[in-house]
Amino acid sequence: MTTCDQKDLFTYVLRLGDSGLVLGQRLSEWVGKAPMLEEEMALANMALDMVGQARNFLSYAGEVEGRGRGEDALAMHRDVGSFSNLLLVEQPNRDFAYTMVRQYFYASFAERLFEQLQHSADSRLAGIAAKAVKECRYHARHSGLWLVRLGDGTEESHQRVARALEDLWPYTGELFEMDEVDRRLLEAGVAADVQAMRTEWREALNQVLVEARLPLPSDEIWMHSGGRIGRHSEHLGHLLATMQILPRSYPDANW
Amino acid sequence: MYTQGLDQADTAAPSPEEEVQLRDAFQARIDAEEKIEPRDWMPEDYRRTLVRQISQHAHSEIVGMLPEGNWLTRAPSLKRKAILLAKVQDEAGHGLYLYSAAETLGTSRQEMLDQLLSGKAKYSSIFNYPTLNWADIGAIGWLVDGAAIMNQIPLCRCSYGPYSRAMVRVCKEESFHQRQGYEIMTVMARGTDEQRQMAQDALNRWWWPSLMMFGPSDGDSAHTAQSMAWKIKRFTNDELRQKFVDVTVPQAHFLGLEIPDPDLALDEETGHWCFGEIDWQEFKQVLSGNGPCNAERLGARRSAHEEGSWVRQALLAHADKQRERSSAHEAA
Amino acid sequence: MQERELPLWEVFIRSRTGLNHRHVGSLHAADAAMAIQNARDLYCRRQEGIGIWVVESAAIHASDPADKDALFDPAEDKIYRHPTFYDVPDGVENI
Repeated sequence: MTTCDQKDLFTYVLRLGDSGLVLGQRLSEWVGKAPMLEEEMALANMALDMVGQARNFLSYAGEVEGRGRGEDALAMHRDVGSFSNLLLVEQPNRDFAYTMVRQYFYASFAERLFEQLQHSADSRLAGIAAKAVKECRYHARHSGLWLVRLGDGTEESHQRVARALEDLWPYTGELFEMDEVDRRLLEAGVAADVQAMRTEWREALNQVLVEARLPLPSDEIWMHSGGRIGRHSEHLGHLLATMQILPRSYPDANW
Repeated sequence: MYTQGLDQADTAAPSPEEEVQLRDAFQARIDAEEKIEPRDWMPEDYRRTLVRQISQHAHSEIVGMLPEGNWLTRAPSLKRKAILLAKVQDEAGHGLYLYSAAETLGTSRQEMLDQLLSGKAKYSSIFNYPTLNWADIGAIGWLVDGAAIMNQIPLCRCSYGPYSRAMVRVCKEESFHQRQGYEIMTVMARGTDEQRQMAQDALNRWWWPSLMMFGPSDGDSAHTAQSMAWKIKRFTNDELRQKFVDVTVPQAHFLGLEIPDPDLALDEETGHWCFGEIDWQEFKQVLSGNGPCNAERLGARRSAHEEGSWVRQALLAHADKQRERSSAHEAA
Repeated sequence: MQERELPLWEVFIRSRTGLNHRHVGSLHAADAAMAIQNARDLYCRRQEGIGIWVVESAAIHASDPADKDALFDPAEDKIYRHPTFYDVPDGVENI
């Protein structure tokens, strides 16, 4: 039992669940479209991991909230403004290079985040994180391998992945943001100190980019923000419209 | 498994007398229920039949991802989303197991894919029908996977080793596919009026195409007799179809759904369900490319292949560069 | 233009500690690192493995089935290689 504000805890866990859910939904859009059959398997595995993480976090968020909302109520019956996922994960798949860059950015971050959360004073959170850390570690490894191959592949693949890096880079600042909720929970030993992870995350990225012969992004770039407080890009509304169509159209039905 | 990569013995073609002897010895092994392995001598038509059947089977798995994939982003709950993801992924995996088995016969995956993408190769006609409501996902699991299992279980004993081993794996993994489908149907058949309508509508649309999955009637099946003699096939199309109808009709009744066949009746003497005439004209049309979704399905496979081309090129280019670097490093 | 095909790899999985790696099938990959990841995603979805070997199919050399008699039949009559060939007197234990 941890002594922290339950509202804070709800916000914190919901954010983790929303990011997992939105990324899982994006990855599942790839099914049937992968560049090779072997990669079909990998993309679906990552999608499954993310949906699994989302279910764990959202169920727990619902319990913490104590208003009877389960994973599906939270996933299917909230609109854009109540979603608190990172802007990064709602960005469209565009092409395989974008998808792998997005995956690497998130997974390499999540790996470090869950590494710390395994030791959270909140035992439920710690348990979910202990499972998720292994999954994200593999995702980072897999997408990192791809960045090297695409960056150091053909002229075309190099250009595509360089462009994806440039376009997605401004969404990485938000990963390391901490607001009052994070700070209070950090003090209570519940949350992770993401700010402190930024350097290590950046060093790991640089290593991959050097091997991939890709340019290192500049630190002077303006970073987007807002996903965590419900201010999203236009893309999220479309993603939710698709995902929520059945439960919204037939609110009385069980599936 | 071993394919063209492996040092195939490059022997001259046997003389006609030798060929007869080899064929007799081959048939004797089959009759003794011995498995044939990739590098064993086999008649060319046995090899061709297997490549055709296994690659068609593989194509069916890969194209079969598409109708269900159509609902992945719209699955009505997170649990259903996870289950469907795992199922569709299994289909990709099964396609890969099967391509892998076919490659042991000396045909590369690329050749097989080219045949699929050019429209020359066939795949199961069932995947050329659209998935229009969520109950279709239930109906596919229940009926289509149900029919597939009937077809596939005997293939676990197929005379060709790599195919039979692949099928053992496929059958083991697919055991949850049919159940998840029936579970969806059960929930919907017991759900709201609208859900019940969806369930009945799905059954109406998927019933006859499912019966067609077993292929033409025995009288019209070109390959059955030879395939049975080679123990590639263990039961005829009509035998398997009857078995499917017999087990499925009571399952539909349990759900309170109606099978869309006015001629359906239980033969009290034999215990078999008699069913109406299948529309073979429709079957032929769908198989020859004129089904409701043939163009979409092939189009989707083609665009995935074309849009993935730069990725595969990058992989090869990177591997080449790495090899050059390591040989330059060794030279230095 | 005909696309170059990615090389074929044979996959061997160790299912538990104490057991041998066993051949399970093949897949395509451009290099060994990718082949291992592909093998993990394809052949280990249901906890089938704790270890993976991949080897390029082109690197495998196999015996010719036509040599089966010459290679394997000569072992047939060497029955003295098996413990059951020997008589142990009644009453003797632990041998």
